[in-house]
Amino acid sequence: MFDNFVVPDLLPAAPEIFLAVMALAILMIDLLVKDSRRTVTFVLTQLTLVGCALLQFGSSTGEIVYTFSNMFVDDLMSDLLKLFLYMTVIVVMFYSRGYIIERPTMNKGEYYVLTLFATLGMMVMISANHFLTIYLGLELLSLSLYAMVAMNRDSATSTEAAMKYFVLGALASGLLLYGMSMIYGATGTLEITGVGERLLSGGVNKSVLVFGLVFLVSGLAFKLGVVPFHMWIPDVYHGAPTSVTLFIGSAPKLAAFAIVMRLLVNGLITMAADWQMMLIILSVLSMAIGNLAAIAQTNLKRMLAYSAISHMGFMLLGITTGVVSGDARYALNAYSSAMFYVIAYVMMSAGTFGMILLMSRAGFEADNLEDFKGLNKRSPWFAGVMLMLMFSMAGVPFFIGFFAKFSVLQAVVAAGYMWLAIVAVLFSLIGAFYYLRVVKLMYFDAPADETPIAAGLDMKILVSVNGLAVAGFGIFPQMIMSLCAYALLRSL
Amino acid sequence: MSNYLLSLAIWIPIFGGFGVLVAGSLGDDSKARATALLVAVVGFLVTIPLWTGFDVANGGMQFVELKTWIPRFNINYHLGVDGISMLFVLLNAFITIIVVAAGWEVIQNKVAQYNAAFLIMSGLMNGIFTSLDGVLFYVFFEASLIPLYLIIGIWGGPKRVYAAFKFFLYTLFGSLLLLIALMYLFIQSGGSFSILEWHKLPLQLGPQIWIFLAFMISFAVKVPMWPVHTWLPDAHVEAPTGGSIVLAAIALKLGAYGFLRFSLPIAPDASHELSSLVIGLSLIAVVYIGFVALVQSDMKKLVAYSSIAHMGFVTLGFFLFSAIGIEGALVQMVSHGFVSGAMFFCIGVMYDRVHSRQIADYGGVVNTMPKFAALFMLFSMANAGLPATSGFIGEFMIILGAVKLNFWVAFAAASSLIVGAAYTLWMYKRVVFGDVANHHVAEMSDINKREFAILGVLALCTLGMGLYPQPFTEVMHASVNELLNHVNISKIH
Repeated sequence: MFDNFVVPDLLPAAPEIFLAVMALAILMIDLLVKDSRRTVTFVLTQLTLVGCALLQFGSSTGEIVYTFSNMFVDDLMSDLLKLFLYMTVIVVMFYSRGYIIERPTMNKGEYYVLTLFATLGMMVMISANHFLTIYLGLELLSLSLYAMVAMNRDSATSTEAAMKYFVLGALASGLLLYGMSMIYGATGTLEITGVGERLLSGGVNKSVLVFGLVFLVSGLAFKLGVVPFHMWIPDVYHGAPTSVTLFIGSAPKLAAFAIVMRLLVNGLITMAADWQMMLIILSVLSMAIGNLAAIAQTNLKRMLAYSAISHMGFMLLGITTGVVSGDARYALNAYSSAMFYVIAYVMMSAGTFGMILLMSRAGFEADNLEDFKGLNKRSPWFAGVMLMLMFSMAGVPFFIGFFAKFSVLQAVVAAGYMWLAIVAVLFSLIGAFYYLRVVKLMYFDAPADETPIAAGLDMKILVSVNGLAVAGFGIFPQMIMSLCAYALLRSL
Repeated sequence: MSNYLLSLAIWIPIFGGFGVLVAGSLGDDSKARATALLVAVVGFLVTIPLWTGFDVANGGMQFVELKTWIPRFNINYHLGVDGISMLFVLLNAFITIIVVAAGWEVIQNKVAQYNAAFLIMSGLMNGIFTSLDGVLFYVFFEASLIPLYLIIGIWGGPKRVYAAFKFFLYTLFGSLLLLIALMYLFIQSGGSFSILEWHKLPLQLGPQIWIFLAFMISFAVKVPMWPVHTWLPDAHVEAPTGGSIVLAAIALKLGAYGFLRFSLPIAPDASHELSSLVIGLSLIAVVYIGFVALVQSDMKKLVAYSSIAHMGFVTLGFFLFSAIGIEGALVQMVSHGFVSGAMFFCIGVMYDRVHSRQIADYGGVVNTMPKFAALFMLFSMANAGLPATSGFIGEFMIILGAVKLNFWVAFAAASSLIVGAAYTLWMYKRVVFGDVANHHVAEMSDINKREFAILGVLALCTLGMGLYPQPFTEVMHASVNELLNHVNISKIH
């Protein structure tokens, strides 16, 4: 009976395997490391991520390669997203370092190992070609994040946020799983490409399928954090330790984008007419409620949470409009605009939370809007960086956020949805108000205290580089744009 | 070298602005001021060859630069000037020097940032006037909101935050609709963002009307036209003197320029179709806002309202669809740049001494500031459109153009000469003549050398243009004819 057993091609999954092995190794090594020497763990973590990136380069063929009986796919889209993922996690780890060192309950080896496991989960999600692989990756990510949110166990808000996240996250997973099982029932397969083929050949029970789709989209919406499945976002962003918020607010968006593409575009593209309208409603609601609720916030982390909701809504527009015309060129344009938007958003979001971390000290979280008062007096340069990040989020040129919005809107207009473009634009205008308010606090108001910013040099350099990248890629966006388009061209 | 003149005119002030920030963080404020002045002067000098090297017989684009920027969307770094935009590049570079000089002693707070913001603003505005690519235009158009937002918000008056937000959100609203129109044109033209290609793009009347309305909302906010003008008095009153000068002299021209570069040539049939709407709004601006100006008690607000009325003349001139109307409007815009800039500077001079802009707080200024009073009189006369000043030429040409169209339009427009004279001269009388009103006025010292130099140069410009407008009209003539070719030929087939 073992004659049938074929050793799967491990090469496409080399980075995942490497990361899993290293994460376990680091878990062991950390036991031998004293609390004061935790730098070892940190360095190993970063080296692991760099190693993953190198393996990604090495194992990439540029072709679409399936392995593990078609459960796992390695294509250019996954390569590119994973490379951005490693980069993001590396940056996030650098940002978090000073923050967790100052907070002893968080400065444990688990923090690093959980980050690595979460990263592994995201990598699996990005490369999944099977409902179960998606679910596996998603749960690995979610469970790691639940633990990370709760890591600051002395804080009641953190614990509460973790509980909320856990319960709602489990609910979302249930919805997703339920949707998947219905689609399995209708098509008889769990393989995403298989589902696509089965649907094309016809003879599928449509009503079960549509039911499944509704649950699937709800589950995805939960994970993306779009209205009306957004309730957990503000509480989790607010309650989690800022370094964890930074992590949640950046890297998982890349993975979420990937599973939306895999499930809806690779698998259920024939059902596009059904999911398109759902996504349009979700995205309009997200832009509306996200932007309006953000205005009322006094806490910066909450404000950014609502802004994340609106940004994800905007990103969905790109995916939505890809299928309208049936013209492959338009579709590619639309999907790549959404991908570019996600990457730009991750870059801006990392920078913004990085700024909060930069301003925080031991026992003090600079997460209230008031804390940014008069920053221009205290440090003109970092006020300038925050200014760039805020205007970029608002979509004002010369920053990357402008071209991100530009490319999505362009896709929307090309698809003939003029009203949708106008709606999106109007909500961006409302969004501009609260970003402007941050700039107002920094530049127009007097500082409450004049204490200089006491962050490490590495932190200062990183925030500056992040801010300059937002400006630099805003002036020369072509490179990332073409990378996205090329990767999708070779993957779809 | 001449191939890069426009790039230099854009990027010298912008990078110079960052240089000023560096100079300010290294040394003291005086270093920042000196660097800023140097950058402004160099920025002006590079625009001189534009004037001397400009071929007035050529109505097309000159000094063209074309480089690929974002090939994915066929967006190019495409610059060029014609007779319409060249004057504004020059005016902008010139006003920048005035602004840096105007803030020399007055601004003591965050000097480097102040000057940097104005220099960056100046570079961005040159970018707007010279862009021939729709997205490039838009990028400059919107980016220029950032420095002005900061200028009003940081160095402005007591209600500066309100004014800064209002300014930013109003203009952002306008420009976002512009963005959608640009994307629509991109698709209609089969994937091009070139403005010059859009000029030739055939479009049916329906789409033209939508495009025209999207453009109009965007540019009307910027001009500003009645009824979307309400941000302007707030912005002017709260802005520091330099900010008011830049707003009036250059920023208001951006919207009017947009009408000429986008609305008229891209949607000519819609322009004809909707011209009565624009003319109607323009006349309301001219007449009604003129009366509003009459009742103002704040000098800055009065001049701000008079700016709206003057810009109403400009949009009126455009939609007469005749060479004399458009040229008159262009002359009016350049003249308004000098005159309103000078008016705001004069108010700033008095404000620096008395810290009030209320007309009631003054009286008899001529007794303590004779030199100032004389120059102020000249600019007040120019603001009222007195012959031999630059203010007269433009208004005269526009009224002349309007008579050809319709007597009553011309009549309504001409009535503004009376209203304009009334509010300007009445304000001048109350502020400058009469007995010395109070001890504040009695303690006022006459203008110093720096202030005299600024006002003197502006006075020369105002008089020069009023007495001999030929060089200005000559430059724009061929380009205006070229524009009229596009406007007067229907695109509907």
